[in-house]
Amino acid sequence: MTVRIVVLAKQVPDPETPPSQFKIDESTNKVIPPNGVPPVVNGFDLNAVEAAMRIRDSGADVEITVLSAGSHFVMDAMKKPLAMGADRLVLVDDTGLDEIDSAATVKVLAAAIKKDGPYDLVLGGRQASDWDQAHVTLGLAEILELPLVSLVQKLELKNDSVLLQRVIPDGYQEITAPIPSVITITNEIGEPRYPNLRGIMQASRKKPEFFSLADLGLSLSDLTPKLVLKKLYVPESNKQVELIVGEDEADSGKKLALRLREEKLI
Amino acid sequence: MTSVLLIAERDVLGEISQSTLQLISAANELDDPQLTVAIAGSAPESATSLAIGKLVTLPAISDDEVGIYDQITADVAALVTSTNPDIVILSKSDFGTVVGSRVAFRLDLALASDCIAISNSGGMVNVTRPVYGGSALAEFEFASSPAVVTLRPGAYEPNVDAGSPSIEAFESVVAVNKAASVTGTVAQASEGVRLEDASFVISGGRGLGGAEPFSVLADLANALGGAVGASRAACDAGWIDHSHQVGLTGKSVSPDVYMAVGISGASQHMAGCSSSRVIVAINKDGDSNIFKEARFGVVGDWEKVLPSFLATVRELRA
Ligand SMILES: Cc1cc2nc3c(=O)[nH]c(=O)nc-3n(C[C@H](O)[C@H](O)[C@H](O)COP(=O)(O)OP(=O)(O)OC[C@H]3O[C@@H](n4cnc5c(N)ncnc54)[C@H](O)[C@@H]3O)c2cc1C
Ligand SMILES: Nc1ncnc2c1ncn2[C@@H]1O[C@H](COP(=O)(O)O)[C@@H](O)[C@H]1O
Repeated sequence: MTVRIVVLAKQVPDPETPPSQFKIDESTNKVIPPNGVPPVVNGFDLNAVEAAMRIRDSGADVEITVLSAGSHFVMDAMKKPLAMGADRLVLVDDTGLDEIDSAATVKVLAAAIKKDGPYDLVLGGRQASDWDQAHVTLGLAEILELPLVSLVQKLELKNDSVLLQRVIPDGYQEITAPIPSVITITNEIGEPRYPNLRGIMQASRKKPEFFSLADLGLSLSDLTPKLVLKKLYVPESNKQVELIVGEDEADSGKKLALRLREEKLI
Repeated sequence: MTSVLLIAERDVLGEISQSTLQLISAANELDDPQLTVAIAGSAPESATSLAIGKLVTLPAISDDEVGIYDQITADVAALVTSTNPDIVILSKSDFGTVVGSRVAFRLDLALASDCIAISNSGGMVNVTRPVYGGSALAEFEFASSPAVVTLRPGAYEPNVDAGSPSIEAFESVVAVNKAASVTGTVAQASEGVRLEDASFVISGGRGLGGAEPFSVLADLANALGGAVGASRAACDAGWIDHSHQVGLTGKSVSPDVYMAVGISGASQHMAGCSSSRVIVAINKDGDSNIFKEARFGVVGDWEKVLPSFLATVRELRA
């Protein structure tokens, strides 16, 4: 029997964008996309794709669907999970989705999952690197009324359940969850695999499947934000560093210790 | 009047955590606040003398619930429904993130996580939260009530006032079907002072180049009674366990001195240490961002700077 896995993946501005290129248009409260830095799939979501691929590597018969809600999708970015080995890419594409909050995102993703499902596992990232909220996947478990396990660094299918390792501040827990469940994946699972040539070729031939909001029985009026963005800005830093310069690097180290002592810091 | 429900957490000794005391400080800045603290399990000594109006005890969290938090989520949701506070505040910890999100979505409430400031006036609740890894700040207004907020540790000072709250037990009424179960816990015990509690933290990054140099950091931490932290890059490389990671998706620390060695100072790293009293940087690249965040710095190779720093520290403390 085929195990159907859906991986939630969000397109985000590249978090490695140098701070000097990170700009905000304060009249629209939007990030100005930096020239020549294309968006990427959120890092933790690629970790989730990797998690799904490892289930396949273990010998299970799996179908991996990548699901994203947004607009202005850049296919070079969004097809990376396909190049890693995912089977399908499903995009809910509507410019109205630019303005929504996470409560509305959960509504859209839940509707898409109900339409395209049922799935045996819903995998998401631990957080999206744009708004850093870390609650869309958790909220989805509530709305779908499915069991939730967050911050998973290892997973393995066993009969009708899934064995998980969940990262806690000082170690990890071993958890058994039923199928279906909602699981958030963290970077501790390990680097997402690099697409190989065959994967890239296959991905280039695959066409994404599109859903409109209407296909999901939703309209923008169902998606008014509960949390309204009032202001977005780059904080000013007025910190001044005092550089300690010795005769050589070793001397600088010594002088640093003396200076910290003078300030009664050590 | 603003009615505020704070969901408490415990420290390793079972007493009220420092992060919970920070929630009280945040709530005290609201308009005419009426504070209720809810805590799972019987009230510890430190809870019964908090400077709040009411203390509510919830059923204890059993060990095999931790991480899944089905029962406590149901209990907090029931408490929110029955008391209808204006604002519910939790810490942005593992517990607060899971329970806060689940309660908010279960009750269809608006949620803002990892906030560094909260205020209200004229019935409107506003929060500020870092976004884009900390490259930007965003101010939000809640369009509905109750507002659910998780607060970044270190954003407020702990409240140390004493009071005598009334104490009430909240009976768990909602039955929970255990969906997933915890079958074991593997602790990655680190020796010495806990990273979160240390007054001196020395962290290493990709610039250290391997696992071996972390022993030099450990020597320094030992000499100063501190703890060792790391950047995500160092943890991902396998040089040190992830339990040492400081940052947005790691631990939040606010020591007197935070020393960053071979760390570039990405906003996501700074998110975990920017409330430190003083940041000290050692980095061979004078242009790296860490020097925009640090109070003291040495531009140089850690392999040359650190040994003499350590030797001088030892002399000074001898
Ligand atoms: C959503 C999200 C969450 C994240 N969460 C975290 C988090 O919680 N914590 C975290 O740390 N990161 C986090 N990151 C990653 C973060 O963006 C950076 O990639 C990471 O912090 C970089 O680590 P680093 O400074 O060690 O490495 P680099 O950025 O590679 O910096 C290495 C530094 O070492 C210096 N160096 C090299 N050799 C030497 C030498 N011999 N002597 C002295 N200096 C030397 C270099 O000049 C350089 O500045 C997150 C990223 C995302 C997208
Ligand atoms: N618009 C979206 N489309 C698909 N998945 C999403 C979207 N927004 C969030 N997610 C998923 O939810 C996780 C947490 O996102 P967030 O709560 O925004 O930090 C991400 O890592 C994704 O897996």
